[in-house]
Amino acid sequence: MMARLNYAGLAIAIAFLILAPLEFHRYGLYILSQWAVMTIAAIGLNLTLGYAGQVSLAQGAFVGVGAYCAAILTTHGWPLVGAAALALALCFVIGWLLGYPALRVQHHYLAFVTLAFSTLAFLVFRNESWLTGGTEGIDGVPRPNLLGLSTTPHLRYYYFCLFVLALVTVAMLGLVRSPWGRAFIALRENPLRALSLGVDTRRYILMAFAIGSALGGLAGVLYAPLVGLVEPPAFTLTLSLNLLMMVIVGGSGYFLGPFLGALVAVLLPEWLRGLENYYLIFYALLVMGLLIYSPTGLIGIADRFLTARRARAASAARAALGASIERP
Amino acid sequence: MANFVALLIAGLATGALYALAAVGFTLLWQTSQTINFAQGEFVMLPAFFMLAAMHAGLPFWAAILVGLALSMAILGFAFKRLLVDPMLQHGVLPLAIATMALSTFLKESVKTFYSAEASPFPSIAPDSDIRLLGVAVSWQSIAVLGVGIATVVALQFLLNRTRTGRQMQAAAQNPTVARILGVPVERMILYTFLINGALVALTSLLISPIYLAKFSNGDTLGLAAFIAAIVGGFNQIRGAIVGGLLLGVVDNLSAAYVSTQYRGAIPLCLLIVIILFKPNGLLGRAEERTV
Repeated sequence: MMARLNYAGLAIAIAFLILAPLEFHRYGLYILSQWAVMTIAAIGLNLTLGYAGQVSLAQGAFVGVGAYCAAILTTHGWPLVGAAALALALCFVIGWLLGYPALRVQHHYLAFVTLAFSTLAFLVFRNESWLTGGTEGIDGVPRPNLLGLSTTPHLRYYYFCLFVLALVTVAMLGLVRSPWGRAFIALRENPLRALSLGVDTRRYILMAFAIGSALGGLAGVLYAPLVGLVEPPAFTLTLSLNLLMMVIVGGSGYFLGPFLGALVAVLLPEWLRGLENYYLIFYALLVMGLLIYSPTGLIGIADRFLTARRARAASAARAALGASIERP
Repeated sequence: MANFVALLIAGLATGALYALAAVGFTLLWQTSQTINFAQGEFVMLPAFFMLAAMHAGLPFWAAILVGLALSMAILGFAFKRLLVDPMLQHGVLPLAIATMALSTFLKESVKTFYSAEASPFPSIAPDSDIRLLGVAVSWQSIAVLGVGIATVVALQFLLNRTRTGRQMQAAAQNPTVARILGVPVERMILYTFLINGALVALTSLLISPIYLAKFSNGDTLGLAAFIAAIVGGFNQIRGAIVGGLLLGVVDNLSAAYVSTQYRGAIPLCLLIVIILFKPNGLLGRAEERTV
């Protein structure tokens, strides 16, 4: 019953994502595409943080690396798919190189090394104008042609983002359920015990971090043609912290967490725009209130609600059973 | 050479401000595992309390006292009761994210309800220079260093020489045993929040005349306090002080001698080198873990 309800909810959500935009304006499509892009980055961070238990403060910088990769290469005539392959590989390698020394000492130092990388990446984007266009950034990033179809119309590009998100989701689902995914969870729950059970903890942590970073890069590759302009201020520490917030607010370590978290971080501010100057104040208050009410995030609320209902149903069943036993 | 000395003194003065913010940051972490990402905004806000009190007609010294009291009440007591207490048992990260939201809230509130412009702030030191060892040093820097050193000495005295201070240390090191020995752990945690409230008010008083009181002042300062605390070992007050001073000096010297373009990144690279060679920070001790 419960499972059927979940599947029904999922089907409605997917139907909404596919059908609703047909009625949307340009801006609505843009925001929804942005949600899909940020969700991909948040899924990556959720793997690093939620499954492997490592705090990364550089996911925004990896999005930046991916975005600059796409912007530089596509304006030089590369296809977007080529840029995506390069960005994935580059972010994976950078993630591996960053994580290697950080995890050699004590693994919570990854947070500090990624913080440094985040600052350094921003300065490189801003200062190396021969490559990145400096403070002006790179303008006019073209949208790709796929199967002979141009994705310049917003609706088509949205479907393209949604398609990539679906691919990432399926791949992640496979990863989490594979022995690798089990190892990731084992080292989050109890690294020492995982180690004593023969899990090579350092290699798996590195792996989770590098894969998570690569997904950040992929999100960046989609971001560049979506916005059309790639400039340094978009990829500061603020974006990294924002992505971290998406994961925690959605529910870190839950598969659906990043989807909901990105919904809160991308759509909620837009809905609050009516409050004009006050919208960021209300937004911050809502986030604080939500975290005080449910520190495990939005999924935590749903979980609590379902557990309560299950417990009620179980006690009702017990009562009925008790009554039937008493009555001879 | 004179230039170098001047840069060094300016760096030490900046570093003293970082150190004060980092000490409060470290105290909160030690006693209650709170990573306060709003520490920069905590330093930004008391200046506005003081400005508001002066607008209400109070003299500067009374406004300082009002700012100090409000800061301890709101940024110390209310912060602990309303945000930290309900979330503490759920781990470090949700609370850290909530303090990030708090920092946005404080920043935007000041911007919306007070002013988006920078407001001039009266200084406790005369606005002139003095010649020391053939170098022009501003009274401003001397005041910052003096107040910073006095505060740190007073804090060390409180923590190491008084009964309350020792109880606070016990509560930080091992809350369970401290509780068994009759230390009122809850009250000790509250004290650290009040001390942090006082420290940020002092830092605000020292920094606002230099950078002017502005809603966005907390951005760089909060990050600097965070970095100084890490470099110093995260669980040592002395470490936070050394980390803060080091960060201020390296920041100033590298901007002058290495590269202004990469100014923000050099202290961080220094931090990485320190972490590689001293994984527990400059003065930090290894944290023991339980399985």
